[in-house]
Amino acid sequence: MIKRIFRFYYEGFKSMTIGKTLWIIILIKLFVMFAVLKIFFFPNILKRNFKTDEERSNYVIEQLTNNPKK
Amino acid sequence: MEHFDLSLVNWSRAQFALTAMYHWVFVPLTLGLAFIIAFMETLYVKTGDEEWKRITKFWMTLFGINFAIGVATGIILEFEFGTNWSNYSWFVGDIFGAPLAIEGIMAFFMESTFIAVMFFGWNKVSKQFHLVSTWLVAVGANLSALWILVANGWMQYPAGMYFNPDTARNEMHNFWEVLFSPVAINKFLHTITSGYVLAAIFVIGVSAWYMLKGRNILLAKRSIIVAAVFGLVTSIFLALTGDGSAYQVAQKQPMKLAAMEGLYEGQEGAPLIVVGALTPGKQFDDDKDPYIFRIQIPKMLSFLGYRSGDAFVPGVKDLVEGGYTYVDKNGVEKVALSAEQKIERGKIAIKALADYTAAKDANDTAAVAYNRALLNDNFEYFGYGYLNNPKSIIPNVPLTFYSFHIMVALGFLFIGFFMLILYLVYFRQFNINKWILRLSILMIPLAYIASQAGWIVAEVGRQPWVIQDILPTVAAVSRIDSSAVQITFFLFFTIFTALLIAELRIMFKQIKIGPKEGGK
Repeated sequence: MIKRIFRFYYEGFKSMTIGKTLWIIILIKLFVMFAVLKIFFFPNILKRNFKTDEERSNYVIEQLTNNPKK
Repeated sequence: MEHFDLSLVNWSRAQFALTAMYHWVFVPLTLGLAFIIAFMETLYVKTGDEEWKRITKFWMTLFGINFAIGVATGIILEFEFGTNWSNYSWFVGDIFGAPLAIEGIMAFFMESTFIAVMFFGWNKVSKQFHLVSTWLVAVGANLSALWILVANGWMQYPAGMYFNPDTARNEMHNFWEVLFSPVAINKFLHTITSGYVLAAIFVIGVSAWYMLKGRNILLAKRSIIVAAVFGLVTSIFLALTGDGSAYQVAQKQPMKLAAMEGLYEGQEGAPLIVVGALTPGKQFDDDKDPYIFRIQIPKMLSFLGYRSGDAFVPGVKDLVEGGYTYVDKNGVEKVALSAEQKIERGKIAIKALADYTAAKDANDTAAVAYNRALLNDNFEYFGYGYLNNPKSIIPNVPLTFYSFHIMVALGFLFIGFFMLILYLVYFRQFNINKWILRLSILMIPLAYIASQAGWIVAEVGRQPWVIQDILPTVAAVSRIDSSAVQITFFLFFTIFTALLIAELRIMFKQIKIGPKEGGK
């Protein structure tokens, strides 16, 4: 069964014409998104800066309650 | 609002808008073309006519190009949530998490499995199984959109949740209220239908190009028939769901409705502006006429917004100053608060949250209970507490007004266009003159403009809110360096523009090549 599924995809990719160009675009795009943008430009700030959900909650509460004009 | 870095807020908004608008360049064609292809393949399976198979495969190739270039562009938005909008991401909690997780799993399994069968499965699986796969790709793509639009609908009308002051998160208490919120349902139907109309116009436009060139005439004619019928039905449905959406806006986001219509002074029996131009520099509290000129339908805005021609529609000034009577969601008649009063209530709510947290730390149970009750009583105005000026609740009226009128005018133009094409097909035996064929090509960019204008109405019109009444955009943004946001803005601009150019080049090339051998 697994062999048949593999062959299905393998032959499908092999017989592609325009699809090869598209796959190259998809792979470059995913590489730029996940290996460059996500790692170097888009950290999840709360996950990166805090270890527990409690710390994250406290931080957001502080952000939300300190901001209004007193 | 002086505590906020407005440059940071504006760059973060610009970046999100840029990403969302580019993402939405790719999505609507996928949503609609998937169904058009499914109809074409159904005709192939029913008739056994090989020409339908050839037609299906041709449009499937264009679908594949659009899908491949557009796929995963929406993930960037999720990156931005975690980095630029971390307060917001935490605050929305599982309300956003659950729909997006369902979307991710469904999209992965349905699309990745059945798209493979759709593209690779010709001659390898039975006709019927292939057809089912094609339909499931269409349904799967649209179901993916459902979850995203449910999340967006919740931001416009936060239903089915309660705020947990211990975690600072909104928690879902009723999944079905979130899923079947009238705002979410109308938003979903209106948005996906706009994709269907856009795809129908795309198919007619490309087919018209073939007819102008005298190539692939049978493919062009058959494609035009399928797309025009699909387009007419869905464009009428689009108008109906547009009416449903506007009705919901009138009930839940009256300021957005006032901005859409440039209505500054509320009135009973309010007219609908069909065409108009706004007076530049108009302020809500000056005496200038809001319009340079207008053509209007008497009482129509009242009728569409409240299903009564004599109903009172509040204008921008009424919403800022309050004092008018309205019926709330429980059917109780109330006097509207002014923005200033709401701001005061919001500040009470925010202070109650701060005091609740302090009381909890001090183990002062009486103060905990008191502040929790105070927070609950005022939570519906929580977001107003971040605003310092009543004028802050007014969105960009000209941008909302013109976007809305462009969208509606083009929507009705599309209905007329589909009717014209079907008339020429059935009563003039495809005797379509060159000007109409050229017009058909011109319709393609117009469909994209209408589609983008719709999102501008939805998102600009709801400002200053990221979650209606509960969290303004200024409080949702992460405290990061605005220069970092500027850098990624231009980075995205470059990447998305490159993707768009790639899409257009490959798409044009493939259209020029046309379908594979064997056509008439």
